[in-house]
Amino acid sequence: MNNFIKGEKHDWEMVIGLEIHAQVKSNSKLFSSSSTKFGSSPNSQVSLVDAAMPGMLPVINKYCVEQAVKTGVGLNAKINNYSVFDRKNYFYADLPQGYQISQYKYPIVGEGKVTIDFKDGTSKDIRIVRLHLEQDAGKSLHDQNPSKTYVDLNRSGVALMEIVSEPDIRTPDEAGMYISKIRSILMYLDTCDGNMQEGSLRADVNISVRKPGDDYGTRCEIKNLNSIKFIKQAINYEAKRQIEILESGGTIEQNTMLFNTSTGKTRPMRNKEEAHDYRYFPDPDLLPLEISQEEIGKIKSSIPELPDELKNKFIEIYKLSNYDASVLTAEKQTSDYFNESINSDPELKNHAKIVVNWITSELFSLLNKNNLDLNNSPVSPENLGQLIKLISTNEISGKIAKDVLEDMFSSGKTAKQIVDEKGLQQVTDQGEIAKVIDEVIAENPKMVEQYLAGKDKLLGFFVGQAMKLTKGKANPKMLNDILKQKLNKKN
Amino acid sequence: MSKSSLKQTLKDLDTKKISIRELNQDYLKRIKENKNLNVFIHFSEENVLKQIDNLENDNSAKKLKGIPIAIKDLFCTKSMPTTAASKILENFNPTYESFVTQKLLDEGSIFVGKTNLDEFAMGSATNTSFFGNTINPLSKENEPLAPGGSSGGSAAAVAADLCLGATGTDTGGSIRQPASFCGVVGIKPTYGLCSRWGIAAFASSLDQAGIFSHNVEDASILLQSIAGFDQRDSTSAKVDIPNYFENLDDDLNGKTVGIPKEYSIDGTPMEISQIWEDAIKVLEKKGVKIKNISLPHTKYALPTYYIIAPAEASSNLARYDGVKYGFRSDEIDSLDEMYENTRAQGFGREVKRRILIGTYVLSAGYYDAYYLKAQKVRKLIADDFNRAFNECDFIVTPTAPSAAFPLNEKQNDPIKMYLNDVFTVPASLAGLPGISIPFGKDKNNLPLGIQILGKHFDEQQVFNAAVSLERSYE
Repeated sequence: MNNFIKGEKHDWEMVIGLEIHAQVKSNSKLFSSSSTKFGSSPNSQVSLVDAAMPGMLPVINKYCVEQAVKTGVGLNAKINNYSVFDRKNYFYADLPQGYQISQYKYPIVGEGKVTIDFKDGTSKDIRIVRLHLEQDAGKSLHDQNPSKTYVDLNRSGVALMEIVSEPDIRTPDEAGMYISKIRSILMYLDTCDGNMQEGSLRADVNISVRKPGDDYGTRCEIKNLNSIKFIKQAINYEAKRQIEILESGGTIEQNTMLFNTSTGKTRPMRNKEEAHDYRYFPDPDLLPLEISQEEIGKIKSSIPELPDELKNKFIEIYKLSNYDASVLTAEKQTSDYFNESINSDPELKNHAKIVVNWITSELFSLLNKNNLDLNNSPVSPENLGQLIKLISTNEISGKIAKDVLEDMFSSGKTAKQIVDEKGLQQVTDQGEIAKVIDEVIAENPKMVEQYLAGKDKLLGFFVGQAMKLTKGKANPKMLNDILKQKLNKKN
Repeated sequence: MSKSSLKQTLKDLDTKKISIRELNQDYLKRIKENKNLNVFIHFSEENVLKQIDNLENDNSAKKLKGIPIAIKDLFCTKSMPTTAASKILENFNPTYESFVTQKLLDEGSIFVGKTNLDEFAMGSATNTSFFGNTINPLSKENEPLAPGGSSGGSAAAVAADLCLGATGTDTGGSIRQPASFCGVVGIKPTYGLCSRWGIAAFASSLDQAGIFSHNVEDASILLQSIAGFDQRDSTSAKVDIPNYFENLDDDLNGKTVGIPKEYSIDGTPMEISQIWEDAIKVLEKKGVKIKNISLPHTKYALPTYYIIAPAEASSNLARYDGVKYGFRSDEIDSLDEMYENTRAQGFGREVKRRILIGTYVLSAGYYDAYYLKAQKVRKLIADDFNRAFNECDFIVTPTAPSAAFPLNEKQNDPIKMYLNDVFTVPASLAGLPGISIPFGKDKNNLPLGIQILGKHFDEQQVFNAAVSLERSYE
């Protein structure tokens, strides 16, 4: 299998690397004690340090450092005992200091890797170059006044982790899977809330194209993409644009691009000549960051199970397929829900596949329809477990269970309550079922004749009639067995 | 005019020989009489009287209760505007109090005003201020002299007896050189001894707050008041602050003084070499062992300093952009124009020169040759001192290569001006404590200064040597 794109003249291969900016989950900013709460009124979370008042000095927030180390461990990366904060100098209205404090030469986290899993059961490692800590800038608001720009500094100084990948990605799908996997790991670690809509996770995409086997081509960087959909769209558009230029004999200019989400097109923001000279140098207001092996060990031991470990555990314990297990572990809330649900009754362990199906298809579709997610699901994991137990013990049929789930979803009642109240227990009494079947046979003599004459398809008709009479509650297997028995006796 | 010392004044206040009001009225009178010196950027009699009122109603015991202190206008203060002597901060009123000034307020001192300085502390003559030159109180009529800089206003305030002590900051000599020019005591402590929190930054890795006073004892009292760890400054040191004054000991018998041969520079005036020799002789008489030492990288200190300090300044001053506070140009048609015109009109020549130098030395392609190399040399200079201090307890040198020069003399020659820092810059680069005390006069009867350098956080030794020299000179 290859991932080449057909061009006019020959095949092309995309070469993609991502710089992910993940907001560190922390109550206060990287170098000040102001709150990081999203959506507060403008400039309500700005300290003297964040506003870069004269004589104000940054002080490192140790919690943010721990979060970065934790993330590094989760990315299977080398944690550096020594790292340095540098100043990245440039002017912008929402950058109060006139520089961003970042890490340049000596980042806190070095080389690592993450694995992405494909549907066909194969997987691929994407190498990570580094992770460093840096400050976010404020926000320029251009749409509040026709002639003025307003600046909101609430975000100014919030801690970001920049996670830089090697150019190991070859398709837009891989890019999407990579960022999903990073997001999943960060959320398991609780080091980033993963909210792409609020900008807690965004990415710059570096992309070039080449003839398969050639050296890397000239790349362009697409800035600030905040959804997986846009990342894929932007890559597709940009690759096409580059291929068209190259096939018509042109060359690619190393540009920084912006992606227009309404047109789906990229356009150049600045070229290499216009690129900033950031004049990086070590921030003299801050000492180098030193972390001992002991501290790293302490943080390591506090790390929860990560998606890959959990996936393997689910495969091992519950004999799930690789695909089911990876769907289940992609989001922490899903695996948590599954865990709680399957552990709510000892018998459910033997019905893991049913539990997975009910979570990932029935419950998910109800949640989607109602714009909810697992965290605020009206059906608790225990209640879903109870429902599945009713199915597995033949107390209700799968078909009725779907109605029960909908009822649970809207009424908040437990499965048992609903089944009892509505009398939905499956009929498993042989005599009762036989009685119903006798009734159906007696009422449809012509059909019975036709069936006996060889029209086998009519069996379904009899099942339907009998089900109707039992309001769907008859145990389908017993119904089938007894029906066949009785009809054959007529022969 | 015999100036009373801080030590004596504290006694007089304690024994009720004089009241806080009488004391400060006396200083207020002199301040008003000396307006021509242009010592203060901000002075408000009303504000001083209000502070007196408050203290009269305050019964708690405080170490510096009622003592008039002048504050260099680089320290942010709540009760007075803070300008850094720049147009760009002309009407800036901080909502916060710097660590150092807060400590002085906690001790009950009275701030008489904010003193003039070179714009953002960049200069050696207090002649780059947006608010005009300060005149050295020792000037003769019709021959105004520079007070040195950058803390020229604070040095002049003490010299003219407009206060009992003043704060300064020293980045490459900005306390020691003006102390020498004005004939007062000035100490720059070890980098990290006093928090930089609330001091408008010039060069973060060098800036350090310190004290001007009439004599060494007073300096020891005042420095203890402003020193101490501050968690808001990551470069602030967690060290115990001894009671410098209580521990003062002028008996130097058995100590060793280092005399660095590299500080004998061609072209140094005879008088300077003379007072240096005199000081050494005095020490020898006191039983101090004289040790000739070598600080081989001294000659690279000045160029190193004039790469590192402007580099940091170019970044530190980026925050003055017209967006959030301070001056903003009226002539704005775009964001870029706002930056360009605000900074072109808001900063003076010397500040712009240093921002340009700093921007240049940090630029891609030049960084390794200038900034990185300068950092390596800085390390070598620090190593020189560390080695030297294995052989001696303190080092004695002249403070400046000349006495106070006439105002405007070196105005148009930055290199000549930069040479003023030749004896003070090496210790700044190494982060060492240094004091300048008046010691001898030149042919025009102008004071000259002797510099004493000590080991990191060994301010006590510096004070001891200084007080010993001071007492023998008197």
